[in-house]
Amino acid sequence: MFDRDLWREIFQSINMNRTRSLLSGFTVAFAILLFTILFGIANGLQNTFAEAFVDDANNSIFIHSGKTTKAHKGLQAGRRIQFKNEDLSYVKDEFGNKVEFITARIYKNAQASFRNEQNSYNLRAVHPDHQYLEKTKIKEGRYINQNDLQNRTKVVIIGRLVEEDLFLKTAALGKYINLNGIQYKVVGVFTDDGGDNEERLIYMPVTTAQHIYGNNDYIDQINLTYNPEMDYDRALAFSSLLTRKLKDRFSIAKSDQRAIRVRNMAEGTKFVNIISYVLTGLILVIGLGTLIAGIVGISNIMIFIVKERTKEIGIRKALGASPRSIVSIILIESILITTIAGYFGLLLGVGVLEFAKPYLLEYFIKDPSVSNSLVIGATLTLIIAGAIAGYLPAKKASKIKPIIALRND
Amino acid sequence: MLKINQLHKSYPIGDSSLHVLKGIDLSVEEGEMVAIMGSSGSGKSTLLNIIGMLDEADEGDYILDGLPIKDLTEKKAAVYRNKFLGFIFQSFNLINYKNALENVALPLYYQGMKRKERQELAMFHLEKVGLADWAKHLPKELSGGQNQRVAIARALAANPKLLLADEPTGALDTKTSYDIMAFIQQLNDEGKTILMVTHEEDIANMCKRIVRLRDGVIMEDKKVEQVRAEQHV
Repeated sequence: MFDRDLWREIFQSINMNRTRSLLSGFTVAFAILLFTILFGIANGLQNTFAEAFVDDANNSIFIHSGKTTKAHKGLQAGRRIQFKNEDLSYVKDEFGNKVEFITARIYKNAQASFRNEQNSYNLRAVHPDHQYLEKTKIKEGRYINQNDLQNRTKVVIIGRLVEEDLFLKTAALGKYINLNGIQYKVVGVFTDDGGDNEERLIYMPVTTAQHIYGNNDYIDQINLTYNPEMDYDRALAFSSLLTRKLKDRFSIAKSDQRAIRVRNMAEGTKFVNIISYVLTGLILVIGLGTLIAGIVGISNIMIFIVKERTKEIGIRKALGASPRSIVSIILIESILITTIAGYFGLLLGVGVLEFAKPYLLEYFIKDPSVSNSLVIGATLTLIIAGAIAGYLPAKKASKIKPIIALRND
Repeated sequence: MLKINQLHKSYPIGDSSLHVLKGIDLSVEEGEMVAIMGSSGSGKSTLLNIIGMLDEADEGDYILDGLPIKDLTEKKAAVYRNKFLGFIFQSFNLINYKNALENVALPLYYQGMKRKERQELAMFHLEKVGLADWAKHLPKELSGGQNQRVAIARALAANPKLLLADEPTGALDTKTSYDIMAFIQQLNDEGKTILMVTHEEDIANMCKRIVRLRDGVIMEDKKVEQVRAEQHV
């Protein structure tokens, strides 16, 4: 059936009825144009959204300690839970293969000064792994290393804004900064995507801080990232197991919510994922709606075309056209117009998105593009849409009785 | 060639139905030229449509060239129409976006003939109706008489056994009508069987036999002395 003559018939019919073909093509092109732009913008929104949550590693688990609220195993409520170095080692040993990076954190306040400039900053004493957990980016110098830990060296890594505040226009690297009366060498300057507060921090080796502030092995918080190969459910199972083991270790009641708090970022990740799903769903609904409107549009036009061509179809039938050949003509014409016009609309939509990209960034729409697979998918959808749109009218056309079509009125 | 027995046809009109053909008996031999006459509503067009397989009878037998025409599928009807019948209509019924040659070649396309072959054959028939020079013209660029000639060439293209004409001169002036009739007579002289519906006496008299219908029955069926159209031209 798909011979050259059939195509010749179809092209002649399209070519000789240009207004009609252009009109139906326009409907489809417009629907696809809208679809592409909507899809692109929604994609852009999603990109913005995803980016807003990538400041910290999204497989992080933070472990805080506090005071017990319930008496347990003969111990009174109100007992203060204090993590020590051995607790960090315990977590490391107990869950070795489930932990990717692990670090302690000690929080201090530091009155910092360099020459005549001074200011107060938050100080964090950490392990080298902390860099990956916080996604700290080293601008100059280095981060804390194993050597610092062993030798309790008096070194600090300062944020970009600390350098700006205290060292004014000069480079801080290699100079000595005074923290609460003690001189530390600046061995690194860092930046962080988490905003200005994250860049007004000072990092110091955990052992140094323990030695200087109280000469103990206390730590305030344990931060770790779980093995990224674990999926969401396993990550949550891991953090609840971790909670249970730690509560046992410190003889804390299972129902005590305050003594040890384990915050798993996977929960937040899930939230982001849910929003993404909702957005994707919304896009699909809107996109499908637009597409259906397009299909209905071209279907309507095809029905009109069949009505307009009733006489011609009657003549063809009187001359010996089989119902199947009539269906082919109408159906293929519909598919052809839908595909070509739809593809045109798609290209136009991609072009518009590309053009509007820089302007859209102001409205929190980042990189509003449509993927290649979507383009291919949309093309296939168009062919199918054309077939659906053309089928009913074609069936109707094939049922036309020549006698009715050929009536003289 | 053609044999019809006790043919009945009615059309539903609202709740009741209109009995259009009330038992028609008709047989046509090869080489005949028959005019079917009658006032409007007499059932002459319905009869022609049934003979042309454009419509189906409710009752009765219709045998065309030894083949019973009954309970045809659409597909089969299409094949029979293409093989046995050529149609000429009052309003020509050419496809308006196809030129003369393409219109004539259309029945050959539905026969599955190759493009080159069918264009040659279509050209041959256009030459026969004297329109070879107009082959590339669209119907709107041709006069009424020329369009009817294209339609006749199209009807002849598939070399049908029976030529059916529904008021072939109805849309033409007298002179052009006689031109067309002269041509149809010539086809009949060459051996084509022709069945034509008309309500004009002078046109009917140019056939060899006149069948008169009234209220769905045959009133009169007589052979006549053929008036040659050339005499009037």
